[in-house]
Amino acid sequence: MREIAVVGVGMTKFGERWDKQLRDLFVEAANEALKDANMERNEIQALYVGNFSAGSFVGQEHVGPLLADYLSLKYKPAFRVESACASSGMAFNLACMAIASGMYDIVMVGGVEKMTDISAPEVTSVHAKAMDAEWESFFGLTLPAAFALIARRHFVQYGTKPEQLAMVSVKNHRNATKNPLAQFQFEVTVERVLTSPIVSDPLHVLDCSPVTDGAAAVILCSAELAKKYTDTPVYVLGFGTASDTIALHDRSDITTLGAVVEASRQAYKMAGIEPKNIDVAELHDSFTITEIISYEDLGFCEKGKGGLMIQEGETEIGGRISVNPSGGLKARGNPIGATGVAQVVEIVQQLRGAAGKRQVSGAEIGMTQNIGGTGSTCVIHIFGRQRR
Amino acid sequence: MMPKSPRIWQLAERRYRLLGSKCVLCGKTSVGPRSICPACGSDKVETVQLPSTGTIYSYTVVHSLPAEKNGYGPYIMAIVALEDGTKLTAEIVDCDPEDVKIGMPVELAFRLIGQESEHGIIYYGYKFRPIIPRT
Amino acid sequence: MTVFGDKKTVIVGYGSYIPRYRIKIESIAHAWGESLDTLRGLRVQEISVKGPDEDQVTIAVEAARNALRRAPEVSPKDIGAIYSGSESKPYAVKPTSTIVAAAIGASMSVRLADYEFACKGGTEAIISCISQARSGMIKYGLAIAADCSQSLPGDVLEYTASAGGSAFVIGHDSGDPIAYFEGQYSVGTDTPDFWRRDLIKYPRHGGRFTGEPAYFRHVIAAATGLMKELDMKPEDFDYIVPHQPNGSFPIEVAKRLGFSESKVLPGLLSPIVGNFYSGSSPTGLCKVLDQAKPGQRILLVSFGSGAGSDAFSIVVAEGIERKRGLAPKVEDYINRKKYVDYSLYAKFWGKIAR
Repeated sequence: MREIAVVGVGMTKFGERWDKQLRDLFVEAANEALKDANMERNEIQALYVGNFSAGSFVGQEHVGPLLADYLSLKYKPAFRVESACASSGMAFNLACMAIASGMYDIVMVGGVEKMTDISAPEVTSVHAKAMDAEWESFFGLTLPAAFALIARRHFVQYGTKPEQLAMVSVKNHRNATKNPLAQFQFEVTVERVLTSPIVSDPLHVLDCSPVTDGAAAVILCSAELAKKYTDTPVYVLGFGTASDTIALHDRSDITTLGAVVEASRQAYKMAGIEPKNIDVAELHDSFTITEIISYEDLGFCEKGKGGLMIQEGETEIGGRISVNPSGGLKARGNPIGATGVAQVVEIVQQLRGAAGKRQVSGAEIGMTQNIGGTGSTCVIHIFGRQRR
Repeated sequence: MMPKSPRIWQLAERRYRLLGSKCVLCGKTSVGPRSICPACGSDKVETVQLPSTGTIYSYTVVHSLPAEKNGYGPYIMAIVALEDGTKLTAEIVDCDPEDVKIGMPVELAFRLIGQESEHGIIYYGYKFRPIIPRT
Repeated sequence: MTVFGDKKTVIVGYGSYIPRYRIKIESIAHAWGESLDTLRGLRVQEISVKGPDEDQVTIAVEAARNALRRAPEVSPKDIGAIYSGSESKPYAVKPTSTIVAAAIGASMSVRLADYEFACKGGTEAIISCISQARSGMIKYGLAIAADCSQSLPGDVLEYTASAGGSAFVIGHDSGDPIAYFEGQYSVGTDTPDFWRRDLIKYPRHGGRFTGEPAYFRHVIAAATGLMKELDMKPEDFDYIVPHQPNGSFPIEVAKRLGFSESKVLPGLLSPIVGNFYSGSSPTGLCKVLDQAKPGQRILLVSFGSGAGSDAFSIVVAEGIERKRGLAPKVEDYINRKKYVDYSLYAKFWGKIAR
């Protein structure tokens, strides 16, 4: 299996991009990545793009060729990958395998979502399509409601507190103030989180990732070619992917995401590392509870101790494991299909030492963890400054 | 646009009557039709009547409503653990948000779930409610 | 009209359903600026309100399930007919009885139909089950009488129109009887006292014209006709359950027929839950069955505007003692209540929409 390097990254400003269409956002990010890699567009051999639901958001399916067309990748294969919020994490994973197999030498992985063309209740309905349409959302379950069910069980089983959930939001908002591309560049307090409107009890607005327009793109190549494009390639050391039941109610214990446990087990094994070796991680904080559960399921702390981990500041920038220095889904923004690649962009910047005011000093090994739906998909990548 | 009648019709009776799937080999039950057991992979799965009572495993009060529930909320959603251990997702009705608790006994109710539109078909199915006290 | 002459046509299961919500008539009067003094004559204190996710179908299914709980000897597959009487079907075209059939797990070999005759569709459903069971066309029939009673905002009907209903499993010479039918008598004339035109949301009525020439004339004619056929007097009956458009008409009609108030009060629901239209007198019957003793005789008289009445003589059987506890009683539903104000009432009813 060939080793893989990331040699170029690009990302749009995340937020309400009223004047931009889906294709505009993608082209903006893709051009950034090409520029970052000092690469001509005709060097790209294939495009992998993560997108959750352009059909629902903007009435467009078949986005692979659309985006290839608008990036002028004439006749190049263009794959659209859909795995709910893990769409572009999965696209990245498939691109890694394409490089590793020797099928392609250079590929672009993008992710894009244009969400603000429809109303908030409509967005809630589209989000809900990431769950079981017939046995969950049909009956009125929303995605925040599903994570609220998880949070309440976590409260009961492990004594986790709403304040601890709020601390995730406080940390990620603080980090986002140092990220010029982040959607929310303002700080919040625990009190402000807990007094913000309830979305689905016990989750407040400030426990939830927002509605975001945005795109991100990265360029992968075989490790041998990396130095041709950059002095600071970032290498993919390992990855893991796993699925779980589509419906939350079909799991015996909803406070653990089995797909996260399994995907991380694969990724650690492939990279030959342990959780303690991770310096910086971009985790899937679609909701504050998701970050806390992820600490546990990724082995960053014992099961049930996620609330304590945030409370003790272990995941602050410069803490034991810096989590979501970009601001995470919560504050950087969560354009669903773009989120997985946006995580990769951040980890690459961190490992290059180019993350500016939010730089985790001495970061050698980083992780991205991208979750789809209620944890029905999990895809994890581990990155390093050095080849394996 | 083609009405949603076929999609609703395919599952209507299961939703009306709370029918589930049960593996003949390992006994695993789940709501919704399955031809392969999700636990042991056996293809000996039969349709069974699920119990009509259970307890609340987890719940939430939904304030931020999806488009289909415009004007309906706030409403309680829960995972209900039925008497036989089968878990399913359902709305809890006839219960005030401040009264719902984990472990609360609930029973099957037959309710309107939604409608396609003012002109379209109406969806019915299961919800759960606190057990009606009897004298 | 029909004296059965045997004790074989029987009710083997009965059940009711009343929504949880209530509104006090003060709240309605407050919304419209009406004086409570002018409403006192209705003798209604509060009425049931359908939940935002309830309609005639959901009430019919809940009542049907309770009726079947009290008929454990009856498999849904043995039900040969399901008839639903109502004037508030959520579909103008598409039967309620088909949905009920699916919800109770009836066989595909089943006769299904919906009846409408203002407030007496439910008793028509009962008559159809009686006749088909007696003739041997069916083993058991399920008769449903339920409504989410419509009323024009601001109209006097708002103080009585409510939601609820009942269902009955009826057989002939089979099952463990709760009661048997002794006789049945119906009357009908062309009397336009209350109506709802096609595609119009709320019914209209003739005000005081709904009283003497409509309700009283027909209820009295049906009850008198039945008693004459059976050669019985009011003294032969332990209970009378007339249609209950408000709290005063049933008491008044019982009095005119020669029944004491004590015989009408046990089945009188309208003062505390309102008028279930088709489900009104049938649910009154259920409330009586909840407390009656074997051997007691009940006179049930429905009234449907337009207009007509169906009267029944029903005698309670031994099975009542064994089966009464198998489902919630009407009283249990009456006791389960949560008050709403007029704004929630109007929202739940779809009288306001966004």
